[in-house]
Order: sequence, then C-alpha cells, then structure tokens
Amino acid sequence: MCILIFAETWNGKLKKSSFEAVSYGNYLANKLGLTTKTIIFSGSTENFNLLGFYGSNEIIKYDSIDLESIEDDKLANIICANAKNKQAKHIIISNTSRGKSICSKIAFDFEASLITNIVSLPKNHNPIVVKCKAFSSKAFSFYESKHEKSILTLLPNSIGYEPNETQFTVIEGDLSMATSSTELKILREEKNSSEISLTDAERVVSAGRGLKGPENWKMIEELAGLINGGTACSKPVSDMGWRPHSEHVGQTGIAINPDLYIAIGISGAIQHLAGVSNSKKIVVINTDPDAPFFKSADYGVIGDAFEVVPKMIEEIKKIQDS
Amino acid sequence: MEIVVCISVVPDTTSKINFSENNTKFDENGITFIINPFDEFCLTKAIFIKEQYGANITVLNVGSSKNDPVLRKALAIGADKAVRIETNNLEGLSVSKNLSKYIKENNFDLIFCGKESIDYNGGKVPGFIAAILNIPLANGCVGMNINGDNITVENEIDNGIQVCESKKPIVIAGQKGLVEEKELKIPSMRGIMMARSKPLEIIKAEEDFENSIELKEFELPKEKSECKMIDSENINELITLLRNEAKVL
Repeated sequence: MCILIFAETWNGKLKKSSFEAVSYGNYLANKLGLTTKTIIFSGSTENFNLLGFYGSNEIIKYDSIDLESIEDDKLANIICANAKNKQAKHIIISNTSRGKSICSKIAFDFEASLITNIVSLPKNHNPIVVKCKAFSSKAFSFYESKHEKSILTLLPNSIGYEPNETQFTVIEGDLSMATSSTELKILREEKNSSEISLTDAERVVSAGRGLKGPENWKMIEELAGLINGGTACSKPVSDMGWRPHSEHVGQTGIAINPDLYIAIGISGAIQHLAGVSNSKKIVVINTDPDAPFFKSADYGVIGDAFEVVPKMIEEIKKIQDS
Repeated sequence: MEIVVCISVVPDTTSKINFSENNTKFDENGITFIINPFDEFCLTKAIFIKEQYGANITVLNVGSSKNDPVLRKALAIGADKAVRIETNNLEGLSVSKNLSKYIKENNFDLIFCGKESIDYNGGKVPGFIAAILNIPLANGCVGMNINGDNITVENEIDNGIQVCESKKPIVIAGQKGLVEEKELKIPSMRGIMMARSKPLEIIKAEEDFENSIELKEFELPKEKSECKMIDSENINELITLLRNEAKVL
C-alpha cells in the first residue's frame, strides 16, 4: 500500500499547491507507515528535486504527455490505474479546477470515498477524519471516511507545507493507462492575461464600485504587480463589464484564500465575504466608515482609494528600492 | 431535446449559519431556502435552449418535502416537470446514484447541475453522475453552444478557459457565465399560475446505497479580532504592519 499524490504543474513548473499535496501525503504516509508515490507530467530535474524535498519516495513521470492538453477523463484514468497497480490507500489531489474535474471519476472508478475542500491535517488517521470548508467558508465540517481507501482533495493555500527531504527514485509511467472513456475533445485553451491564477495567488488586490470606472484599474494592477499578487473584483464590477468574470470573487464567483487580501472600495456584502473570508489577513480601504467589511478586516483605512492606493504604491516602492 | 436540471435546495445566500445538537446538525431555524445559485444559472440556460430549439425541461431533486416550494418555483420559472426523489440521505455519492438512476431511465440529452452547492461545497455530484453514466463532464462551465449533434462548452480552468467539443449526452456543471446574472428569470404571475398544473412527481429513493463518508460535526470559524484602523495620512504605518506584524508583504 502507498499514498499516491498527483502533483499538478503549470507551464512545466510545479504549482505551490503540489508542494502542499506532497507534504500532506508525506505526513499521512509517516503516520500510517507507508511510502509516497507521486505522479508528475513535467519531468525536469528541478521538479524531481522539489518533489523529493517535500517528501516523495517514488516519482512516476509521464514526460510524453502535456498535462495542459490532456482530457480530464484520460488524466483520471491514468491516476486511477496507478492507484490500482500501486494499491493506494489514499490519493492526495489539490482542489484546483483540474482536481475538481477529476476527483469524482477517480473515486468512483477506484471505489474509494471522496472528501473535498480539506483545510487542515487529518484529525484522525485511521479511520481518516478531516476538516473541510463548508457553507461557503461560513463554517467547517468534519468528515470520516467509511472506506478503506479515500481520495482527499486539499484546498490550496490552506494547510501549508514543510520540507521532509527524502531519497527518491524516478520511474516511467505506464502509457497504456492513458485511455479515454468518453468523447470529449479539447479544441483550444484561452489563457487569462494575468500570469497569476487567483486561486493560487498568495496576495490579491481587489476593487469594487468605489473605483468609479474601469479606466481606474491601472493603479490596482500596479499595486498587485508590485506585491506579486493577482487582481480581483466584486460582483457589481464584473456584472457591469468593467472587469472579466474570471476576476469576480464571492459566493457566485471564485472562492479564494490568499495570505493577504486587499479590498478597495468594496463594502463587504455577505455574498462577497463568502468568497474571501478564508484569507489569512484582510485589509479594507473604504470612504464609508460604516462599510460592513471593516468588521471582517484585520486592518482598515477610512479614505479615498484614489489617495490611499497611490500612497501604498509609493511606500512599497520605497522599501523595494532600498 | 430532453433536458434535466438537477437542483439542490440551499440556505439563502444571506443566511447566518448556526448549528444545533452539539454542532452535529445545521440549525434551520429562521432560514429561507432557495434554489442553489449555480443551479439557477443552469435552469435559465435550459430555458434559453428550449426557447431556441424546443425542449422538455425536467427539474430533478433529491430530498424531503421541504424542497417542494423551490421545485414549484422552478416550474414557475419555466421547467415543464419536477421530480423529487424522496429521501433524507444527502451524502454526495448516494445522491448522485439516485440522480443517475433516474437520468439513465429517462434518456436525457443534456444533464445540467450547478458546479457545487453553496451549503456543503462538495462539488462532487456532477463528476459522480458523469462517472456513473460514463459520459463527458464539462466542469465549471461558463458557456455552451449547440451545433447540430455537437455541443461546444467553455470550461473555467485555473488561469483561463478551455473550449471543448462533445456529443450528447453530457453533464454540464454550470456557473455564472452560462447565462448572466441579469438574465436570471423571476417567476411571473402567469408562470406561477401555470406551475400549479405542472406535474411534481415524487418517487422513492433507492436507500441501500452505502454511504462512503460520514459527517461527524460542524465548527464555526473563530471570531475575527478587532480591525486595526490606520489613518489615511499614515500609509507607511499600514505597510510596516503588513510587513512586520502580519508578515504578508
């Protein structure tokens, strides 16, 4: 038996959420006296070393397949076939778009239980009990797996990761496992202009109607760029077409949990909070001292975005220049 | 074309969440229940397809009779028929097996469901239905077009959109973008009157599915500590706090 991990890559590089998955897998493996096996599709020495650094014992590489252009069901079949061959006890997957699209199929085909949106290390190891996001971050739920085998998906940027330097071996993945079970074909991909995916971003700068118009987003982008963060927006802003839907964070948009969330000119309706309240630190900048968002913030500034944001940019530049 | 929209009934988005019985039960006191917002985008899309190409729309739910007012509302918005599979077992895999059984028996071309429900956030049901029926899944779908026998879908991926093509039947796990928020339908008086004569069928759930996971308890997030206010003339202090105290810059 083993702990099987799927390490997701983006443009050939391991995602931070993959370090979390490997670190989590290593933790579980230690508790259960098992080894970890990690599936990866971009087999560079740098990636192997990172997987080893966070605790992979065996690396199963699929070099000839481009992860970004392989269909979800084919990917699920590869992971599932490995799980059967290697007798996986638990499979660790990140709760990214990709992870969400494949986890149910793997669980069903592998006849394992499925627990998604996990936010902390297991409360109990055997049977496994884990804490998960629920009610759009307004609460947490604890689930126990009733099966011997389970698929666990981890909410990115929730659990963290630590080094567990391990001696590792690299083996070639079995390509005969890459079969398709349905007739879905990928035609093309359209990537967002921003380099940083919101669900992965450690820092997010977000703005609302208080910015008065789409032409005023330059300073938001500049601030985000300076702190290596992503840009987001409130629902009204995306509904009015000021910013693309892909930037809308909130209940019906994307749920994020960065280390730092800066909300500029957003009042903080409960539906907006549902998408961002898992952020570790929240800064709210608003002209209205009664904006409800201040109640959920760690740091607040009552002031005009058009004065405060340029000052923030100036202060951060000062520090970066010195 | 036969379309099914799987509907989950959830607490209103403004609900304050509380638990009872030692944090093991969701406290429904004072809660208004609504159609899961992600499912509502799907239902509206189904109605647009019906208007353009002609179709029968069935809304399908697994749950108790407390869901019937929401199903009636879906009929008032424009669904032709509602079916509720009667059970109190709402574990994701069991729900999916019950949904899949009905879907298989009734040969639907398009299977819509929201990408996740806003209460338990599991996001598992669309993928389970696709796996059980062995048909394609369009997860996080933000756009969909029908070209003859082919369905083109636009699915949200982590840093963009993936455009795919598929044959029918397909599971479409939708969200905003499939239709716009302003396009969502509000039941008209005529719709409400017509809904009264539309069928709401109740069938018994298959109960011998074994649950694969068990909900042990809930927990509320820790109260936020007081917000530290910083004078807008002292932005350097904010940056210093973010660097040295919060350690996020």
